[in-house]
Amino acid sequence: METMADLIAADDVLLFVNAAITSTGQREFHSGAEEQSLSLGFLHRYLLVNYRDLYAATLALDINDHNAALIVRNLLVTAAEVDVERRRAEGRLIARRLELLPPPRVYALFRELRRARVNNRRTRAIMRDWLAARPDPAFDAVKYRGAVKDAVRHAHLRPDREEDGELGPFLFAFRRPAAYWTPILETWRRAHYEQAALYDLPYTVAEGFAAKHRIPRATFLERIAPRLTRLERLRLQESARERGAGAVRADLTTMPLTRLASYVLGLSMDERARRRGELTGALRASARRTAGDQAGRWGRVVAVLDDSFSAYGSGTKRRRPLAVALACHFLLEALAADYTPLWVSGRDDALLVHPHGATPLGERILDGLDRGPERLVIVSDGWDNAPPGLAGEVLRVWRTRLDPGHTCGIVHLNPVYDAAGFDVRRLAPTVPTAGIRDAEDLVALAELARFAEGRTGLPALRAHLDRRVAAFLGEQT
Amino acid sequence: MIELTGLTTRPAQVWGGVRLVPLVRETPIEDLRLDVRLYDEDFGVVAVDPRTAYYSYIPHGYVATWDHAPAAAYGTQLLDPADRTRAPDRMALRFHRRMARRVDKNRLRFLPLHLALEGYLALHFGGPEIAWEEWSQRAIRHGLSPRVEEAYTGALVRGLDDALRVFEIHAGQCGLLVYVADALASAFVVPHPADYRALHATLLLDLYGELIYHYAMLSMPVPDFRARVADANVRSLADLRAEAARQHEEWAAFHDGAMAAGLLEADYTYERVYDLGPYRLSRFLPPFERRRDNHIGEVITGESGQVAYLKTFRLSENQVRRGRLLTVLAANDWSLPGTATALGVTEPELGRRIENAGFGHLLRQDVRDHYRARRRAG
Repeated sequence: METMADLIAADDVLLFVNAAITSTGQREFHSGAEEQSLSLGFLHRYLLVNYRDLYAATLALDINDHNAALIVRNLLVTAAEVDVERRRAEGRLIARRLELLPPPRVYALFRELRRARVNNRRTRAIMRDWLAARPDPAFDAVKYRGAVKDAVRHAHLRPDREEDGELGPFLFAFRRPAAYWTPILETWRRAHYEQAALYDLPYTVAEGFAAKHRIPRATFLERIAPRLTRLERLRLQESARERGAGAVRADLTTMPLTRLASYVLGLSMDERARRRGELTGALRASARRTAGDQAGRWGRVVAVLDDSFSAYGSGTKRRRPLAVALACHFLLEALAADYTPLWVSGRDDALLVHPHGATPLGERILDGLDRGPERLVIVSDGWDNAPPGLAGEVLRVWRTRLDPGHTCGIVHLNPVYDAAGFDVRRLAPTVPTAGIRDAEDLVALAELARFAEGRTGLPALRAHLDRRVAAFLGEQT
Repeated sequence: MIELTGLTTRPAQVWGGVRLVPLVRETPIEDLRLDVRLYDEDFGVVAVDPRTAYYSYIPHGYVATWDHAPAAAYGTQLLDPADRTRAPDRMALRFHRRMARRVDKNRLRFLPLHLALEGYLALHFGGPEIAWEEWSQRAIRHGLSPRVEEAYTGALVRGLDDALRVFEIHAGQCGLLVYVADALASAFVVPHPADYRALHATLLLDLYGELIYHYAMLSMPVPDFRARVADANVRSLADLRAEAARQHEEWAAFHDGAMAAGLLEADYTYERVYDLGPYRLSRFLPPFERRRDNHIGEVITGESGQVAYLKTFRLSENQVRRGRLLTVLAANDWSLPGTATALGVTEPELGRRIENAGFGHLLRQDVRDHYRARRRAG
């Protein structure tokens, strides 16, 4: 028999998962950065104190990197509060999650731990293991020099125990050796004096040397092009094109879907119209790849996509909600056998969407239900304002009076964390709402969303989390 | 009466204590537009074809660079297509170095506070017309000058900046009614949606009365008027759609009939300023009734009296009281006994009201002392 406390626990955890997926502590359209991080910080604290095991288990879910780093930090800061066995379980989750995080974020986390003066044995062990598992320590030492130095110093490591012993001098006394044996370290040394050498370094490091040598930006971009990572290439493509450095060209079809959507929305209208074929092709290809074996298996789908002014996001998360909606559009197109997109503004050219106008979400949902879909997917920040609350009423009446048998599966995906409500904004209690960060997670989220529908018991949720944790930890073998 | 024909009320958007009600025009007015020079300079877009003939307007207090110097338009101006090149009546502004730099970037639009209230201030500015013996020499020589009223810029009204920032402009929107703590603070209507988009942010630089400033400071968040669908009426999707449409109509009727009634249904005194083609620019004064909304403003109306441009300022309770006092005084030829009878009070009581309204200096000192003595005696 379930107690009230169990139900509340399940609610709290789902609330936290939504927050951990969507919020990055940055400014959003409706709330500032401080509000966001204050609200998020509270949730972290609350879960850590009350449901520590579930809190750690959320590391196994598709939460965003910002929150993953926060959880790891909080767990390590309070490691002394729990027994050895619990600590060991947490350690495994943390180690696995750190493997998946981008290295800059992990190094930032290590620096954060250093600032917070967290130096317990578990922390040092985790840092040591993670650093030992890096494929190319010398490369890391060049690319993230200050951070590696801090990490090594904080974890009491001797980086040069094996190998040829050059990392130690490189990090802590780089002026001493006249030359290095390790090629990348030697390139780095030469780049101080020789322009040609810097083109063999990672872009972020080379950029500093280029400034030092006063190399014109266009020349630099042209020659550094082969060394760029995939995302650097995407990011620099437009500014390189303006400067006439044609060598920087990203292969758009290989980009992650939501990134690609963001890139497309960053282009001007004329540019998008001119490159329509190329951009649509790339988005479709990326969506098909994401859909994988699910492609075409979702039946008749209608999507209500929010392109109202609030989809602009903020200066720091520019057009993020709209990019998620656009990416969902192409993904659903790939997933569905028969697909109808309905943009809130009434425009129907997906490639030329821009955030503008009010949010008559209720009317759009009505239009969607009119088409009698098997699934209705709503992607919106939940600020329904023309008139306010109509979407909720439409969904409520639809569920209670017109479709009590659930012939049409409705799910609301919300890309924005509402700091004041400690959750993503919901449209109606009868319709599950899930936070979404990347459109790529859409399939998994639609599944998770059923927990948010009505009240799910803690045992069911715990079982789901256990399965996810097992899968998460099992992947590494 | 102000007729908002052709404008439809759309659902309000609430942020904290501020409620913003958009007005949408089904058919925009094409032949009256914001002066193209403002468009060129400040918005970097030419939204109108310069070859077509159209009348243009410049909002009151709008700062732009005319003849190489920044100046504020003095009163809303209507311009003929023929005088497209003429600079408007304006008031040169002297800026500090820092401010001037901002003006040069064409980012700053600055409303000189003392200009904006001109319509209200000019009310019976001349002072007594008949030199009754009670009035001081100063009142008779200089009238009510200097006459000063205080107002706050929108930036000081708490929550207004955020409310305007997160407001989602409707397609075809040509106007906005600003409510603070559900008191109508200002109404703003322009002829064309493009003009509205250009001027939306300037609402923050506008003037709001003391009443609005205090309401914003003290008010709690106002509730949304959320849609409600009665379950019993719904048997099909079509019913649901009809219910949804009804929400719009009900809101519009409620808003126009109840929330904005104070603005729309009051009895205004219009002063014609300028006629141009089919358009007429006028200023209006409210009836100065106490315990009601009293708005002063400028309006451009078309041939059939429909509003093309409207901008209002809500007077605070004290300003209404002063306005009413001056109106009654003027109606009774500035005779104190006559005015006292008209207001239904005794003469000493009227003297007290004049003093409290800040016009004490208009009465002779011995008259004031005399009134005070009589009040004390009972």
